[in-house]
Order: sequence, then C-alpha cells, then structure tokens
Amino acid sequence: MNIEYNERRTLAQRSLKGKIGTTLPKLDVPAQDMPDAEDIRTDLFLPEVSEGEVVRYMTSISQMNFSIDTNYYPLGSCTMKYNPKVNEEMANLPGFANIHPRQPKSTVQGALELAYNLQVILAEIVGMSGCSLSTMAGAQGELAGMLMIRAYHVSRGDYKRKYVLIPDSAHGTNPASAAMCGYEVVTIPSDTAGNMDIDALRTACNEETVGLMLTLPNTLGLFDNNILEICKLVHDCGGLVYGDGANMNAMLGRTKLGDLGFDVMHFNLHKTFSTPHGGGGPGSGPVCARDILVPFLPSPVIRRDTDEELDSYSLDEPDTSIGKTSAFHGNFGMLVRAYTYINLLGANGLLEVSENAVLNANYILANLKDYYNLPYDRVCMHEVVFSAKNQKQQSVSALDIAKRLIDYGIHPPTMYFPLIVEEALMIEPTETESKETIDKFIQVMQIIAQEVLDDPLLLKNAPHSTPNTRLDEAKAARNPDLRWHLSS
Amino acid sequence: MYPNDRKYSKEHEWAKQDINESLLVGITDYAQEHLGDIVYLDLPNVGSMLSKMQKLGEIESVKSVSDIFSPVSGEVIEINNIALDSPELVNADPHNSGWLVRIIVSNASEFDELLTADEYQSFLDSLGS
Amino acid sequence: MTPETRHSPYVPNTETDRDQIIKRLGVSSTDELFQDIPKEHYLPKLNLNEPLSELEITRELQRLSMLNDTPDTMPCFLGGGAYRHFIPSIVKHVINRAEFATAYTPYQPEVSQGTLQTIYEFQSLICQLFEMDIANSGMYDGATAIAEAALMACRITKKDRIAVLNTISPAYTSVIRTYVEPQGLEIYSVDPSDIKLDERTACILVQHPNFYGYLEDLKNIAKIAHENGTLLVTSTDPIFLGMFNAPGKYGADIVVAEGQPLGVPLSYGGPYVGLFTCKSEFVRQMPGRIVGKTTDTKQREGYVLTLQTREQHIRRERATSNICTSEALIGTAVVAYIGSMGRVGIRHVAEMAYHKAHYAASMISQIPGYSLPFGGTFFKEFVVSCPVSPEKLNDYFLENGLIGGIDVSDRVKDGLLIAVTEMNTKEEIDRLVSLMTECRSSK
Repeated sequence: MNIEYNERRTLAQRSLKGKIGTTLPKLDVPAQDMPDAEDIRTDLFLPEVSEGEVVRYMTSISQMNFSIDTNYYPLGSCTMKYNPKVNEEMANLPGFANIHPRQPKSTVQGALELAYNLQVILAEIVGMSGCSLSTMAGAQGELAGMLMIRAYHVSRGDYKRKYVLIPDSAHGTNPASAAMCGYEVVTIPSDTAGNMDIDALRTACNEETVGLMLTLPNTLGLFDNNILEICKLVHDCGGLVYGDGANMNAMLGRTKLGDLGFDVMHFNLHKTFSTPHGGGGPGSGPVCARDILVPFLPSPVIRRDTDEELDSYSLDEPDTSIGKTSAFHGNFGMLVRAYTYINLLGANGLLEVSENAVLNANYILANLKDYYNLPYDRVCMHEVVFSAKNQKQQSVSALDIAKRLIDYGIHPPTMYFPLIVEEALMIEPTETESKETIDKFIQVMQIIAQEVLDDPLLLKNAPHSTPNTRLDEAKAARNPDLRWHLSS
Repeated sequence: MYPNDRKYSKEHEWAKQDINESLLVGITDYAQEHLGDIVYLDLPNVGSMLSKMQKLGEIESVKSVSDIFSPVSGEVIEINNIALDSPELVNADPHNSGWLVRIIVSNASEFDELLTADEYQSFLDSLGS
Repeated sequence: MTPETRHSPYVPNTETDRDQIIKRLGVSSTDELFQDIPKEHYLPKLNLNEPLSELEITRELQRLSMLNDTPDTMPCFLGGGAYRHFIPSIVKHVINRAEFATAYTPYQPEVSQGTLQTIYEFQSLICQLFEMDIANSGMYDGATAIAEAALMACRITKKDRIAVLNTISPAYTSVIRTYVEPQGLEIYSVDPSDIKLDERTACILVQHPNFYGYLEDLKNIAKIAHENGTLLVTSTDPIFLGMFNAPGKYGADIVVAEGQPLGVPLSYGGPYVGLFTCKSEFVRQMPGRIVGKTTDTKQREGYVLTLQTREQHIRRERATSNICTSEALIGTAVVAYIGSMGRVGIRHVAEMAYHKAHYAASMISQIPGYSLPFGGTFFKEFVVSCPVSPEKLNDYFLENGLIGGIDVSDRVKDGLLIAVTEMNTKEEIDRLVSLMTECRSSK
C-alpha cells in the first residue's frame, strides 16, 4: 500500500465531525430565552480538529520558515536584529498582558508610567519635545506625522500648500502616506554621490510646499552630506521636515534628528528596538515631534501630573490633536518590549548598537566591492547597497543571487529597492551578528559571484533546498485562490 | 523587426488602421517583454472618449503597474475581452491577438504624428538595453 | 569612541573583532565612519540610564506590572471593543514558536511557507466565520479596518460621502474621521430609526451588534443602501458570529471586525488585529496583504503573497493603503484559536456569553431604580440606566474590588455599558448585582 501522507493538509482537510480541540465548563447560570430563530445561525462551518493535530500541523509548517532565531537575515532597511527573550517575559507579565484598555486609570498606573517613561526616552533619543505611542506601525506613524504637519499649516491659515517632496529613493509607504493626507507628491532626484540633489530641492521648494519626507541615513545607507542645508531650504519656504526613522539603528546616540532640523519623525520599534517581526507584525510606530507640532500629536498621549510629590498618570486627548489612530492607545504589548530593551541598553548600549551596526556594514562593503558593483563608493552607515548589474551581463539577476543565498541557509537581502539602483541588493547585517557569521556571509557571496561565471543555471533554478522551489506568482495573480471552502 | 503595417509611440504602444476606419491599439513586443508576465488588464469602458496621451488604462505584471496612454484622440468602440480574461495573450502575441482597444479617431493628423517602424526601432536603440 | 562599561549580550563583536574590522577598513577608529555627521551635532548628550542587567530590568518591570489590577484578581465587566474571552493554552504555545515569532514578512515565499500557509488558513477561517468571499491577512485593529473599509467604498463607487450609523463605537468614529477627512471625504451621522441616504453616499457604516451590544436591522439597512447605490459596510464581533447570522448573509459588501476576542490577550489595547473581508468583485480595491495558493516549478502546492500591485511597495502614492507591517503574529494566534476551538467551541463560547449576559441583565433589571433602556436583541453587552451616575457606581465597585462597566451617559441618562463573557462566573455576576443593589442612592 502506498500512502502519501501530506503534512501540508489544511485545517479544512484535517477536519472530521466530532473532533474537539478544547473543552469549556457547563453553564453556571440558568439558561435564558434564546433570540428569534431567524437570527440564529445554522450554517457555521469551521474545521473540527483535535488539539494535538492543530499543534502538530502548525509546528510542522512553522519549520518551513526561516526566522531570526534560526537564520541570518541581511535584510536592508528592515533591521532584522536578534529579539532578546526577556522582552517577551516582560510583555507576558499578567499585569501587562491582561489589563483591559478601558480600565479606570487608578488600576493601571504601572502601565501608564511605563508608557510615559517611554515617551520621554524616545523624545530624548531624537532631541524632540513630545511623543505619542498610539500609532501601530511605521506607516501609520508616517500618516500621523504628515497629518500633524497638515494641521500645523491649517492652524496658521495656510491652505495653499499641497506638494510633499519625497526623494526618488524613498520607501513606498512615504508617497502612499502623503497621498492619504490628500497631498500630491513631487519626487526629488538623488545625485551621483547618493545625496539628495540639492539644486533640485532648492527649485522644488516654494510657498506650495507642505514639507519634505526624508529617511536618514537614506535608503542607500548613506548619511546625506547636505542634511543641514536640506532642512534649512525646506524651512525657508515655510515647509516642515518629516523623518522616516526606519534607519535609526545607525543614528542611536550618534546624532539627534531634532538637532539636525527635523520637525517630526517616527520610530519602528520592530526594527530599531528589537520587538519581534512576527512574520509581518505586530509592530509599533511612535511619533516624536518638536514643540510647534506637539499639540497635534495623535491621541491619546500619556500625561503625568505631580501632586505633593506623588506622580499620577493619565490618558490625554487634547482638542488640537489630529485625532485617534487606533481604537485604544496603540500596541502596548510592543511598548513593553521596547521599554525593556532600551533600559537594558542604556545610553552606552545605544552607542554600542550604532557602532557595531555601522562597522559590520562597512566590513561587508570592503570585502564585497570587488565582487559586486558598488554604485556609491563611500563610507556607508548600517546598510550597504550593491548592484548586480555586472552579473546581469551573464543573464543572472539580483533575484537569482538572492534565491541562491537560500541554499546556503541565509535569507535573501532586500532586492530591487531602492528603485534608483539597477538590480539592487541591500544588505544590513545589524549589530547582533557575530563576525563569524558575517565572514561566512562574505565568503558565500564570493562563492556565488564565482558560480555566476561557472554555473549560472545553479542560480537561475535556486533555491534547490527548500520545501517549495520558485513559485508561479503569475498564476497566483491571474487565477487567485485565496481560501479553502467548507460547506458542511 | 517591427511590422511596417502600423505606427508607434514612445510610450511603447502601436496603432494600426483597421476595418471601418477604426484604429487598433496595443503595446509593443518591447513593452510586454519588459513588463514580464502580465496578470491583469484595466481597460476603459466602451464609449469612453479619450484624448491623445490621456491614460487609457493599466497593465499589471506580478511586480509592476504600467499606465497605457492613448496614442490618438477618439472614442473607444471595442475592447479585447479575450485578452481581459487571459492577459497572458498580450505577452504571447502583443501585435495581433493581444490588441487592447479599438478606437474611432477624431483627429486624423494625430496618427500621422506617430513614429514609423524604423523610427521606433531607432528610439529603442537609443534606450540602450 | 568605544563605549566603556559592560558589553551587551546582544552584540557578539568582541574588542578583538572590532579591532580586526577597523584594521580591515583602514580607519583609525569607528568615529571616522561617522564623519558625514556635522561635527557640532555628533555624539550629543543622551540623558538615559546606565545599562541594566536582565535581573535589574526584570525587577523594575515586575514592580510596574504589579501596580496594575487585572481581571484575574478583580471581576471585570468592561467591553466596548475589547473583551476578556477564554484563551486556550495552545495559542501562546504556537505563537511562541521562534519560526513564527521571529520570521520576517513573507516576501521570499520559498523560506516563508509556514507564515504564508498560516495566513491562507487565517483568510479561509475568517471568510467561513463572516460568510464572505475573500479576506486579507489583517489590518492593525478593528478601528482602522472600518476606516479603510470606508476609504475602499469611496474608491469603488467614486463617491465622496460616508453615512455612519450613530450607534457605532465613538472610538471607531474618531479613527474614521482621522482617515477620511484629509482626503476630502465627508462623514454624516444617521439614526437607525430614520436612514436617509443621498446619491453621493459611497457607503453606510454599521456596527452589528452595535457599540451598545444590540443587533441592528441589517436586512432592512442593506435594502435601503443597495437601492440607493450605496455599499453596506458592517463591523461585527467574531464571537457573536458563532451564534448569530453573519452580515454576509444580508448582502453586506465589506465586513470588518476587531479580532481580539479570538485568542488575543487584552494587553491594554494592543497588539490586536483588524479582520477585513469583502465580496470577490472588490478584491483589487482591498487593502493589506493577501496570500494565494499556487504551484512551484515541480508542480507542488505552495503559497505566495499575491495581487501585490494594490500595495504601497509597488503602487506608491496610488496604493489602496499605506499599510506595510500589520499584525501577522496576532493572525497566527487567531488561527490557533479557531483551529482548536472549532465549530463546537466557538458556538459554545458564544452561547455561554449570551446566557450569562442575559442572566445579568435580567437580575439587574429587577433591582428597583435600574432599567434596560434599549429594546431589541443584545448579545454579550447591554446598557443599564442607573439611579446614580455611572461614575459613582464605578467608584463604588472599585472600592469593593470589582471593575464595572463603561460610562455611556453621553448617550443614555446615567447609562452604564456592561459586558459579560464566558469568563465571568455566576458568583461574579451575583456580586455585581448585589453591589448595584447597595449603591442605589446618591451618597
């Protein structure tokens, strides 16, 4: 007998009437009148699977994933650093994990104190005056920050501003967020040194400019040489400067965005501050702002009142705020993790992070620049962008190189971003990788560069070692199969 | 290389005079190759009035979206429903069965302004890859 | 400058490693690598603590956590969008798998099949529960889900007004406003007793059961909406759907919900997950990530992110939404929850919550001075009109070791919104009733 036992069967395929996965107590109150029969559901079709089967299923499929705890991720602009386990322990303390968001403030002073302290810490790190923790991801932080700039202009009766300046290297969320504010995007090109084209910026700044959205270091991994002038140009025409904090890992302790002229910015706690990536969230995107924008921060903001040396904390929703961005107060569970992490590090720890992040990235740059085209031959920050354009001459693309890395147990780097670099491969080692791992990565990249010449098919058909080889994305888009169906 | 029976635009569309004084419009082989596997077409409604260089629709591949621009002004009298159902047709046969829309031209001189096959080829050569 | 003091356990580079790297780079120190930073702004004073050890931070965090009262120690009747429901132990066990918790977003499908298959299950389970055609992989929460649903309806219909039933959560209304007004879209409020829609109205937003716990007349609202060329957007409760008909059955076009009741800890408001479903004809306008099934080069089944041209990384300013990172791990918790609870478990939870809530309402309505102002059917929440202000009542509860309900006196005179779930024992409910009986006169 030849039985094929497919571990990838879905819950629907494993379902059998009569199996149960949990038990619940009997009703301890008298049964009440049921609602009208016409409102009662008679067609609830969900799988029926035992607990052990669910565990085996989900555990087995999880093993098809790469993850930071099992693999190295040189993913540019994602800061895939190690997630300290004490963060998880603290977030799971019942006093944090089990409190209801609408509890009276007297019953949650510990949570509010933690959140307040985090507001202060984040503002201090970037040299700004205020912070809101209610935005639930970086993109939402961007939306809030741009809405704050909008509110600022409106508060001054300035309704003519409608263009947001965004560099051509920007992450897609930047123009998407600007559009969600009702603004139009003007793209500013980069120059050959990888800086913003300062003349193009100067030309673009006028009385219709809302402001500039800028990532620093930029998405090429470079610290813009003209940052002070950039901020000044935007301010001179009456605009404000928004900072996308995705690359803050390079800046921790090194410089404060507020000192450089930024007016508002967001952090990605799931990047810089080590909260786990979860396969695509949860994240958290707190917003920090300088004094003129603080009144507009998204609600609520945590407030501290001191009465006879006793501090008490509360949730504040100022009238001037742009409004709420979440039903409650943001992703508190991620705030606990980030707070734990930053306290573990302290000021010196933050400096150690940026130092090693930048050292590691430059080490990779130095060791691979003879193997892959380096579009900008200058000191990089925490990430380095290479181009696979030389390999493209052998008909091997950045995609093929990325997929081949998988066969060596390494997650692909970021590919085809930023858009301004042809066949881009963006590599960010972070500070949590050892020199041994990075040396191995360098060696593998060098081997792959040779494979391009010796045996390109090995790359074009990669990966060979995974549960699935390359998947037909065209088919998935042309004939979408987005769910299974269960009708009994 | 590119057929002489029609004219071309720098946005990589072709326009071919067809029956009953209509114009068939599609994208060139260069365009379909650079787009990769086409997965979706967004075409205008029949009866839409378009002006030259106005966006007439979108072509989606797995990882990109490209606008299609009308090479001439006119009214859309037919769209290629077969290609709508099977967008891969545009990859397979972009110059014939992968046509996109049929237009009744409102300004005949606009067709003359388009590029010949040779001019389009020179344009492609100047692009490099 | 090399930070002195202790070396972090999360930075493997030793002094030797650093020296070797610096030497290889041909610089004299790391500071040289930061030369692009304007000198006057380099190495600013940072007013933060000294590094702490794990032991020290644990003590501090435990101190803070113990300043909080939890429903484990104090019976709690709070609802209003977040609920204390039973979480089977399998959920935590599954989401603590390193391969789920520390994985990246599944842009590289060959190394992300665990995450992708889990999301496909999530999409399927939510569609089954909601009786809708398709679902995405989740939004941030229930509030942003309904806000994005409103934006989606405006894109589909190309209309610019949004009708909002005045019985939806005030917090949801606030978030909707934050999202829609900057795009020049208008919200207007509608009372359930008198729904009038104009020809510019893209959608009507309904919460069912509503913020006050009661069912709306979805069949009738759907009729009015569709006759007007308006889409019906409904926000629902996922546990409610274990017992009551799903909005999909009434022809709702977009159905969203807060997913927290499905195995997600209360966590002071987040992280949660926004559930988002719609009719299949609207798929290209749906925001968020979507997973689809396909085959690989060896014809084996596998999963990928699909229809990505809707999203910000491709369409940029023309994207359906700016959303990037969402709540994937919370979605994984939902899969583990629904997978283990199953058809029987979810129905059981719903019925327990229903009976307990109705028992509580019945007992409370018999206390002189207290009444139930709303007629109609409710699920696990209801409003009580009290003889004293809700503020006084809640203070009295707290003094006596119980967390009461939500003050809704802006809507109902001295109104208190009480939620009861399967987690509230008969003893807790009886205690609530006796405290309410004691607190009947203004003190």
